[in-house]
Amino acid sequence: MTIRLPGTDVVTIGLGGAGGIAVLPLTESGIDVVGLEAGRWMSPSDFAPDELRNNYRGWPQSVQKANREVPVHRANEQSPEFARDSLHPMMNAVGGTTLHYYARSYRLHPWDFSVVSETARRYGGDRIPEGSTVEDWPLTYADLEPFYDRLEYELGVGGFAGNINGNIDTRGNIFEGPRTRDYPMPPLRSTKFTEMMSDAARRLGYNPFPSPAAINSQTHNNRPACQYHGFCNRGGCHLEAKNSTAVTTIPKAEATGNLKIVTQSHVTKIHVDAEGRASGVEYLRDGETYIQPAEVVLLAGYTYENTRLLLLSNSDAYPSGLSNNHGQVGRHYMTHAQRGGVLGLFPHRLNRWYGLPAQGSGIDEWADDNFDHKDYDFIGGAHFWVSQDSRPILASRMNTFGRAPRWGSQWKEFIMENADRWVGAHLQKTTLPYEDNYLDLHPTITDPLGFPVCRITAEYKDNEKKLARFTQEKMEQWFREAGAIDTFRMPLGPMGPSTHAYGGTRMGNDPDTNVVNRWGFSHEVPNLGILGASVMGTSGARNPTLTVQALAWRTAQHLVENWRNIAI
Amino acid sequence: MASFLSRREMLKRAAAAGMTSAVPAKALAQVLPERTRDQFENLSSVESKILEAIVSRLIPTDENGPGALEAGAANYIDKGLANALSKSHTAYSSGLAALDAYAHQLTGRGFVVLEHSEQDSLLEDLEQNLAVGFDPDSATFFNLVLRHTIEGTFSDPAYGGNQDFIGWEMIGYPGIRLGVTVEQQQMDHFPQMNRVSAHDLPMFDVNISEESGNDD
Ligand SMILES: Cc1cc2nc3c(=O)[nH]c(=O)nc-3n(C[C@H](O)[C@H](O)[C@H](O)COP(=O)(O)OP(=O)(O)OC[C@H]3O[C@@H](n4cnc5c(N)ncnc54)[C@H](O)[C@@H]3O)c2cc1C
Ligand code: SF4
Repeated sequence: MTIRLPGTDVVTIGLGGAGGIAVLPLTESGIDVVGLEAGRWMSPSDFAPDELRNNYRGWPQSVQKANREVPVHRANEQSPEFARDSLHPMMNAVGGTTLHYYARSYRLHPWDFSVVSETARRYGGDRIPEGSTVEDWPLTYADLEPFYDRLEYELGVGGFAGNINGNIDTRGNIFEGPRTRDYPMPPLRSTKFTEMMSDAARRLGYNPFPSPAAINSQTHNNRPACQYHGFCNRGGCHLEAKNSTAVTTIPKAEATGNLKIVTQSHVTKIHVDAEGRASGVEYLRDGETYIQPAEVVLLAGYTYENTRLLLLSNSDAYPSGLSNNHGQVGRHYMTHAQRGGVLGLFPHRLNRWYGLPAQGSGIDEWADDNFDHKDYDFIGGAHFWVSQDSRPILASRMNTFGRAPRWGSQWKEFIMENADRWVGAHLQKTTLPYEDNYLDLHPTITDPLGFPVCRITAEYKDNEKKLARFTQEKMEQWFREAGAIDTFRMPLGPMGPSTHAYGGTRMGNDPDTNVVNRWGFSHEVPNLGILGASVMGTSGARNPTLTVQALAWRTAQHLVENWRNIAI
Repeated sequence: MASFLSRREMLKRAAAAGMTSAVPAKALAQVLPERTRDQFENLSSVESKILEAIVSRLIPTDENGPGALEAGAANYIDKGLANALSKSHTAYSSGLAALDAYAHQLTGRGFVVLEHSEQDSLLEDLEQNLAVGFDPDSATFFNLVLRHTIEGTFSDPAYGGNQDFIGWEMIGYPGIRLGVTVEQQQMDHFPQMNRVSAHDLPMFDVNISEESGNDD
């Protein structure tokens, strides 16, 4: 039996990094919101410093949704499918993946908003790779700046500003877009290892800087400072020093009295009325089916689920999926090419056992369009990052740099000496959207409820491969300068399920090539808003979430300001 | 099965490392008892002996100290088969039998009674996917056991492996600390091994036998 609930102003699907932000401006303005979340609340006592559980067993104590609907990946329409990953590290809980993410909280570079026009301006028109569907965003960095600023203070982001109203400060990222004021708190502290890397970067002429992080470097909003305990990597924070939406915007929205959170609610469909407007959502809870009618629906289930739910919500008005009458749902899919890093081996211990992935040293000299690409045959670049973050299983599973076998006494001797002498650098690389990289529904494989899982059809193209090689070489130089005795280039690997997945419901002015308009509302379904990196048209070269959150706030604010037009 | 280090040897080592005074009584107690063979719950007696023989070769006990056997990696796997590793139960039963059959086929004897060098060469065959009789193939089984042996040696002792913190001591991991000072993040100044498990800390609720997660 289906239970039809009383209506509400807004229903959100997912209360994670994106949905957990949008609820605040809405509820603060008096709009009633029902937040449907597949997961449960988690609390500090769930967050034991346990590497096995955090990093290898897929958070068994959380609701297992992402792990049970891992997308299936094939490189292209002709190629066979890869073996399916057994887990996907997104979290299903109130706060979503911001509970256990690394919390590196970057603003996107201004270039990433205007890749097409900036590339044409600087190098001429023919530098966009063939087959790429990249467009300029319908907004600029300056349009988003007030929202970044708001979020940095609302959540608590620590960092050194590199550019306040054009004044450059070399303690921060000198390449960042101008900001109107400083961060609300300083960055996480440096360590001997991160200083060693920063010193080497300076000798190479680079300007190293610490990552901004949504982690308290000092007491902030009555929550304590980080204690650098070493289990931040896919670990929740037992001190609530990590500024997930579960400890920031969501409780604040709840305190308005206008947010009703319904946990363990798995949304399976968005309904439409006779005019093709969204009328509410259908969800499963405890074996019952419910319908939650709403004036406005906000979809915020992360990239794969955003595309999947739209495609599963077909109707007479939208025969091939909701908001998909232009065939754009699932298109313009990107990741971050997060693999393809570089490992460095040092002749001495680094003492990286305690710390966190947001504590480190980064450079931006080879990111975005910060260097002249005139003589290179690719566009874009990578942000380079090394961090103070290691744990025993990770360390003992180290690559042996061809110096030892994988097991036995020689291996043991090797790891006894080297487990704390190596580090992996993250190179987050520009990935462009292409005609033939897309998401759709898998024709046969389903989740345990019987709904098709998402299928990824995507492969890295020449531009991504070239810039991977180029940036890996630069990273090797940085490691060598810091004293590394060996380096290893990790393969780029296939473009499979990612924690930095973009596109599928791209934002743009043209409904023929984009699912949502410049405010994040569907071109076809005016009272359906979409939140998350699924709306981003470029990947940028840095972690996505602060941008996702700035966009979510902006979409929510637009809804508040245009309630009558959108909700009717 | 004899413990790698005698009780006296342990005490001597602890004293030499200045540990006797620095280590709290509770942790010291964990160092001391003679190791008795783990009680296996999910693998049969024959299976568990073959598995112990394998893990002993993957991370051997040698002049550099104790290995996966003393760390209880086989016990970790056995306990896990009831919950998080349950999907691998058949793979273990059939793989361990296949290894023993392969040993008989090549040497006329069972895997556990072979010389270390013979065991190593059979395991190399598995690793290189040359051994026959495995489902789906020998490299898959080898990689499964290697991965779980590493987990069982280096994961938190609460899961039945890394007993006496043997794995953490092997690679110099200094133990769980909830608060870490500036000094403890320097390169010229290494934190003391504190022999603390996450599950010694009362603030955390941990159900290590949760069934929903898996690692296969
Ligand atoms: C290990 C890890 C480290 C990361 N580190 C960083 C970092 O340092 N910096 C950074 O910027 N980004 C990082 N990310 C990425 C970051 O987590 C995501 O960008 C961010 O969480 C995205 O927000 P979201 O709301 O789209 O998805 P999520 O935060 O995953 O939230 C989606 C929510 O929707 C719920 N949901 C999904 N489907 C349904 C449904 N059908 N019905 C009801 N509820 C549903 C889910 O349960 C979940 O709570 C990291 C990710 C991982 C996995
Ligand atoms: S490293 Fe800091 S922010 Fe991360 S979980 Fe530990 S105490 Fe919390």
